[in-house]
Amino acid sequence: MASNQQHRIRRRLLSLAHFIGLAIAMIIILLPGFWIVLSSLRPTVEIMAKPAIWIPQDLSLDAYVAMFGKVGQGGIPVWSYFRNSLVISVTSTAIAIAIGMAGGYAFARFRFKGKSGLFLGFMLTRTVPGIALSLPLFIIFARVGIIDTHFGLILAYVALNVPFTIWLIDGFFRQVPKDLAEAAQIDGCTRWQAFWQVEFPLAGPGIASAGIFAFLTAWNEFALASQLTRSVNSKTLPVGLLDYTSEFTIDWRGMCALAVVMIVPALTLTFLVQKHLVSGLTSGAVKG
Amino acid sequence: MATVSLKKLVKKYGELEVVHGIDLEIADREFVALVGPSGCGKSTTLRMIAGLEDVSGGTILIGGREVNELPPRERNISMVFQSYALYPHMTVRENMGFSLKIAKRPQDEIDQRVNEAAQILSLNELMDRRPSQLSGGQRQRVAMGRAIVRHPEVFLFDEPLSNLDAKLRSQMRTEIKKLHAKVQATVVYVTHDQVEAMTLADRIVIMRDGYVEQVGTPDQVFKHPATRFVAGFIGSPPMNLFEATIDSGNVVFANGDAIPLPARFKANVSTGKKVTFGLRPDDLFPTGHGIGSGTTDDVFKRDLNVTITEPLGNETLVFFDFAGRDWVSRMLNPRSLAAGESLGVTFDLSQAHLFDATTGVSLSDRKA
Repeated sequence: MASNQQHRIRRRLLSLAHFIGLAIAMIIILLPGFWIVLSSLRPTVEIMAKPAIWIPQDLSLDAYVAMFGKVGQGGIPVWSYFRNSLVISVTSTAIAIAIGMAGGYAFARFRFKGKSGLFLGFMLTRTVPGIALSLPLFIIFARVGIIDTHFGLILAYVALNVPFTIWLIDGFFRQVPKDLAEAAQIDGCTRWQAFWQVEFPLAGPGIASAGIFAFLTAWNEFALASQLTRSVNSKTLPVGLLDYTSEFTIDWRGMCALAVVMIVPALTLTFLVQKHLVSGLTSGAVKG
Repeated sequence: MATVSLKKLVKKYGELEVVHGIDLEIADREFVALVGPSGCGKSTTLRMIAGLEDVSGGTILIGGREVNELPPRERNISMVFQSYALYPHMTVRENMGFSLKIAKRPQDEIDQRVNEAAQILSLNELMDRRPSQLSGGQRQRVAMGRAIVRHPEVFLFDEPLSNLDAKLRSQMRTEIKKLHAKVQATVVYVTHDQVEAMTLADRIVIMRDGYVEQVGTPDQVFKHPATRFVAGFIGSPPMNLFEATIDSGNVVFANGDAIPLPARFKANVSTGKKVTFGLRPDDLFPTGHGIGSGTTDDVFKRDLNVTITEPLGNETLVFFDFAGRDWVSRMLNPRSLAAGESLGVTFDLSQAHLFDATTGVSLSDRKA
């Protein structure tokens, strides 16, 4: 009896320790985000105070009011930036997913010459830091005349995302047994119908997650965007953060407020899509 | 009407030829099993009939119509896959109705035909489940249901039972046989299990390395194997097959032990001929414990030592040491035996087989 009790106590202590450990990890992960939200509500004096003021004394939404206010009263063209970000991210994601699906499917299903070399080539492009390409890109874009356009940035982001989406979607199509598409063809589908009726729905969660990654990459990208955009025509939200820096000062509160405005749509999207990301849909297709 | 004919059918992967000009005529409503060890080209042949593999040479006719270049959907066939290949994102009902939905049939016709198939396979309880919620045997039945809903002219089965356990397999075997009797379609059935082929098929096609070794009824391939390979492949436990040389009316084995040359081969083989001697376990039995005991004169009797016994209840497989090899025999109405025991054994030579040692071809006159 005594040893049984002992084990029960030990198990409870262990699960308590797990809980505490996980809680600490979560706090560490969430703290920066929380600090951004908090800073967006506090006056600069309090943010910059030394020693730090841990308990907020003075919370207000002034920064948000000012941000959406008139130019000259701390206002910045948030709506333009937001629109640019949205147009560029959504369009580049849609294109990257379309190419990624076609490419991923080809890599997963077909044999062709130079397949592994090509695949490796795609992966190698991921090893090049994007910032290293910014100057050549800038020069080329300037020559062609697509600096400060949606098109230019969309093109850059598609190129950035395609290798990754191909790689990810290839993996998901590989998990869909080939037999299923064959069964569908015998059941009367054309190859095209077999893809849309059977393979696409099964790889759907994977394609959605590739979409999220592509979207977030485009939505958050700063280095290339800061080079390739100039004005409200094409500046995205991350570049918009620079509006809060001037020669001698940085408006931390305003910057944090804009950061929050940026985070909210990305967070919402991820939250909406994540429940569709549950894998394991394919189990039961073949023996298992 | 759906006959299936293969004429000089060839499949190549690049330079590698895996099916070498197969000829086969399958009659309407016939149940034909393609059987052979893995890699013999049987599945590839089936997939060519289905249209899932390109044909490298030769012709495939279904119902007299050449289908070489037709996509699977235009061949009026159904296929049951080894993996079942059920659509995981659809319920059983949707799985079974899928082909009709694609063909844009009216909903009430789909319902009616799906229910009809469900009735035949007793799937009614499972119609709203997903494949992942079904057991192996149930998935198998759904896969068959999906195949029969289409009312195809030809059913193709690709090792449909090999993912099931032994008991379920024999159950499903019966169901497939019943199904064939009910739907009256032509069936091409691929399996590596000779028992499945023997029990189900009207005719068996035994394949090896991309060639057809023999085509015949189960009885023909069992009793009159055309080659040594067929003799060894069909039947369980397998035929006793040992190398020997003919020497003045005797079959002499490597260690010098000899058996009289079976009477029916006397005219066909001459002294010095290298042969493979074959005798089924059924035709080799402890004297008084066999099937054919006393029905033929052409027998050879000898006292041999038992090495191992495998009791199966109604019969016992008894292994004897003879000619330096283990020979397996079937003992009916068995009694318990001890290893090392000496026992009178009858070789029913009227049922013996001789094959050419180099070509493997049967030396028998009797044509299969």
